Amino acid sequence: MSSAATKVAQSQEPQPAPAAEALPEPVDVPPAGAPPRQAPDYSSYRVVAARHPWRWVGTAVVAIGVLAVAWSLATNPRWEWGVVTQWFTAQSVVHGLVETLKLTAISGILGFVLGFILALMRLSASPLLVSVSWTFSWIFRSTPLLVQMLLWYNLGYLYEKISLGIPFTDVRFFEVQTTTLISQFAAAVLGLTLNQAAYSAEIIRGGILSVDQGQLEAAAALGIPAWRRSTRIVLPQAMRAILPTAFNEIIGLVKGTSIVYVLAYSELFYTVQVIYNRTQQVLPLLLVATLWYIVITSVLSVFQYYIERHYSKGAVRNLPLTPLQKARKFFATHAAVPTRRNI
Amino acid sequence: MTHTLTAPTATRGLVEITGVRKSFGATEVLKGVSLTVEPGGVAVIVGPSGSGKSTLLRTINHLEKVDGGHITIDGQLVGYEIRGDRLHELREKDILKQRTEIGMVFQNFNLFPHLTALENVSEAPVVAQGRSKEEARRRGLELLDRVGLKDRAGAYPRQLSGGQQQRIAIARALALDPKILLFDEPTSALDPELVNEVLDVIRGLAKSGTTLIIVTHEMGFARDVADTVVFMDQGQIVEQGTPQDIFSNPQEPRTRSFFSKVLEPAFNI
Ligand SMILES: Nc1ncnc2c1ncn2[C@@H]1O[C@H](COP(=O)(O)OP(=O)(O)OP(=O)(O)O)[C@@H](O)[C@H]1O
Ligand SMILES: [Mg+2]
Repeated sequence: MSSAATKVAQSQEPQPAPAAEALPEPVDVPPAGAPPRQAPDYSSYRVVAARHPWRWVGTAVVAIGVLAVAWSLATNPRWEWGVVTQWFTAQSVVHGLVETLKLTAISGILGFVLGFILALMRLSASPLLVSVSWTFSWIFRSTPLLVQMLLWYNLGYLYEKISLGIPFTDVRFFEVQTTTLISQFAAAVLGLTLNQAAYSAEIIRGGILSVDQGQLEAAAALGIPAWRRSTRIVLPQAMRAILPTAFNEIIGLVKGTSIVYVLAYSELFYTVQVIYNRTQQVLPLLLVATLWYIVITSVLSVFQYYIERHYSKGAVRNLPLTPLQKARKFFATHAAVPTRRNI
Repeated sequence: MTHTLTAPTATRGLVEITGVRKSFGATEVLKGVSLTVEPGGVAVIVGPSGSGKSTLLRTINHLEKVDGGHITIDGQLVGYEIRGDRLHELREKDILKQRTEIGMVFQNFNLFPHLTALENVSEAPVVAQGRSKEEARRRGLELLDRVGLKDRAGAYPRQLSGGQQQRIAIARALALDPKILLFDEPTSALDPELVNEVLDVIRGLAKSGTTLIIVTHEMGFARDVADTVVFMDQGQIVEQGTPQDIFSNPQEPRTRSFFSKVLEPAFNI
């Protein structure tokens, strides 16, 4: 089989691999001593792509379902699309959206930076650093975010003044009322960041652990300095394990920011709440917020796709196609199908 | 020993291992190992599984700390420095500097999968030796050429065969211009038909004046390339000598029984 197949492949234009399987099975190898048989020439045959009827059935069923949902969304007057469009880009809503993005960006970045430090502490050889990092994650993962938020906001009740000085002495460089320092914004960022750090520490630690020990050893044997070992050798490989979960976290955080409504902080969700309490158009306004969350998540997903693709360099034999390339390939192959069918 | 066979330029790369001990928990894996490899010499270490061959190799570049004894390279202690009457462990920075003089090739290659062949080879010269990127690149291509893979410079390790990966790993170790190269079973993760392409590269190195210390199960290759064959068993060097002595005329019963198991009858002339 293999020798005949090789000859066939050599004797004709390069073809997609499945084509070779579609070819008729060549006759058995002739017995030893018999004159070598002429290899059959298949170069004049046409290639017919394999058909997948069930794939088309499945596609049709899903398409009908999607259409039905779209139809009901568009035609049911109770969704009040007019109200939705009216509020979608209203100034107060956009302002709330900006606040949501701001909270997400700040606490996402700070949370992951702190999480990275906590992960390194947890992996260090010092028992003190390990236990501090462990305790941090333990506390912040076991208290409800809502409680953390309220605690930070009411810190002034527990500690009236916050001061910077030399511990255990009376020297103070700087002292403020807690309530002036911890605004709603500060409480929100503090709560979201610390909570995020506790979770991202575990994600990053998991990613680092997933890199083969031999990689570190090889780098050490080459005399590559420790910092460079982490950033150039381990982290890029860890990223593959970190990214999907990290994006999960960020997307969760986008919507998680809505919890700061308990602080009456006017981000997107609190803003629409305020509006519908006034106008009583509850559903359409919730829809406004939802649509914005969908937009943010979609944009993030696109980022995720390309960042993951970047870090999969070398990890997969061949990089997967981008959606654009896939679409091009789909149309290139399927455009020709009807004519083939007619054969 | 047959020093005359090695390149006359070999003046660096003298390895002296003296009474090295190493334990993991309660098990003593190296029980006082002493071995000298002359500059430019080729020592091949053979022995049964678990006899401590890999551990010994790893102590030479201080990937493993010794519990007793010491190792010197060209008279310089590995991993420690003498201050007064004490041995102070070197700081990380100095250990890394020592390691740039000792290349190591691993059984499972340990290439960096997210870097291309050329990037794998030119990374260490830039960050560990401070060479310019351009110089490292040029030298990298030269080395890839030497192992016959210049045309695959842009390929990622997973796009290469095992034999090709190991040849890249050898080029990577050579990029630092080491005095000494350590090989830990460089061919045992390879399919039989890929073994020779790697062994050929190592054969070429044996004539280059770099000191080679090779752990292998390829006895034919050992006989071919070694000027000293070292037989290890249970954490000790049982016997050492020229390939002729060790393979054809082993003195120790343990050596004899090991070779009677691993050598092909046709080979045991
Ligand atoms: N990090 C470690 N912790 C505990 N024991 C270890 C460790 N590394 C090696 N050992 C033990 O030390 C002994 C020698 O191991 P080593 O890897 O040096 O053997 P080897 O001669 O290279 O064997 P092989 O031919 O199978 O590679 C083995 O019994 C092994 O189990
Ligand atoms: Mg070993």
